[in-house]
Amino acid sequence: MSTNRPPPPISTMLMRGLFEENPVFRLALSLCPAVAVTTSLKNGLMLGCAVLIVQVLSSMSGSLIKHVINPKIRIPVFTIIIAIWVSAMDMILAAYFASVYQEVGLYVKLIVAFAIIISRMELFSMKHNVVPSFWDGLGMGLGFLAAMIMTGSFRELLGSGSIFGIALVPFKPLLLVVLPAGGFFTIGLIMALFNWVDVKRGHKIPTAGGGHG
Amino acid sequence: MADAQVISPNQILVNGQLPADVAAIRLVRKADADIPMAVTSVKPGAQPNSTLVTTTETLNTQEHYLLTATGVDQAWAISPSPLALLISVIIGSALINNFVFTRYLGLCVFFGVSRNKDTAIGMGITFTIVGMLSGLLAWALNTYALVPLKLNFLQIIAFIGIVACLVQGVDLVLKKVNPLLHRKFGIYLVLITTNCIILAVPLLNATSGATFLEAMGLAIGSGLGFAIALFLMSCAIEKVNMAPVPMIFRGLPIAFIIAGLFALSFLGFSGLKVA
Repeated sequence: MSTNRPPPPISTMLMRGLFEENPVFRLALSLCPAVAVTTSLKNGLMLGCAVLIVQVLSSMSGSLIKHVINPKIRIPVFTIIIAIWVSAMDMILAAYFASVYQEVGLYVKLIVAFAIIISRMELFSMKHNVVPSFWDGLGMGLGFLAAMIMTGSFRELLGSGSIFGIALVPFKPLLLVVLPAGGFFTIGLIMALFNWVDVKRGHKIPTAGGGHG
Repeated sequence: MADAQVISPNQILVNGQLPADVAAIRLVRKADADIPMAVTSVKPGAQPNSTLVTTTETLNTQEHYLLTATGVDQAWAISPSPLALLISVIIGSALINNFVFTRYLGLCVFFGVSRNKDTAIGMGITFTIVGMLSGLLAWALNTYALVPLKLNFLQIIAFIGIVACLVQGVDLVLKKVNPLLHRKFGIYLVLITTNCIILAVPLLNATSGATFLEAMGLAIGSGLGFAIALFLMSCAIEKVNMAPVPMIFRGLPIAFIIAGLFALSFLGFSGLKVA
């Protein structure tokens, strides 16, 4: 394991999480909440922020203790670190954002099983220092947050005709979009849109991922 | 507590004598014990020493009721039969509230292993068995250790620990006892740790304060539901792989659209009521 490889520039680390390796639309990781809580922008925004914070904190703590832990048991140790940050996040949200927490509480707890967080710790934090780990975590977290905002606003606008609960669209909203099925359709369409943009820019379509964990 | 059971949508057969006065009878749901339900008549039942109580509200065989009467030094608890409860929870969590299609859990693994039928079946079986074991272990730990000791805040850490240890343990035992089976199912065991369903089941049970039977029903039902979803999806994906899908939809996007269609058809189960 090459520990002292120089980190890529900050802008690369940030943009990677947002576009090339967007956790939801590109890597197809952490899909469960992306479909589940995005019936409204508010819920999506809250979960996105929670993931962003947990991701940054976990990446940094992972990189801090990388010399102390035995590589053989790093996965259980990472899991415990994430579980600790998630527990803290869970309690904070339950205390200060009770109304939203009622709806998305289960998914906040399930952040612990998010493949994206542990995979960033494994792929990046183990090889880099705290500061680059912070930027990498921030990029990935922002990528997730952006995905949540996109899906959330799309579904709320079409499904309830509003944004942040403020009515915007005068016609009768499409109930289908807020139904469970609508979540799957929305993600499928946005993924196709990402592919379409890639084709327009002359890139090859990346062989679709999924099943990374 | 004496014997009583719901025999029709608005009749309860009570084993024992009750005063004939309707006002003396107090029937409540165990969940909200402050709201008495209206009782219209109290008649002697067909058998000696039994009473038939009729209500205006519709009674549910799945619910817990409590019946008391002034002047009678006894209370009747009306509970669903254990088997009926278990089956209704299993069907509820496997079909009506399918974990994949209506609660969107376990999607990462779902889209990863639904590419061919054999993998889907292997994963489905392994997941159902491990899920049941971990669900019950987590329930026991929560009920007998975390709740009495007021350590609820450790739930997430404890449950993920149980899942990780159990998966490692099953892996070790299987490798020693039956290497052939291990070669076939070992790879799925590793994937289970990152499946959110296996963590969601204990969390849901802990939040709702489930009884042993409810916890077992949810654990089995979630596993079955996941297996059903995987099998259906793998059948569809095998066909789609032969079809001319537009280029930008190839791979995951079309898989999501198919999952959406399945979710739409699973909505049909929401009208299903288990008596």
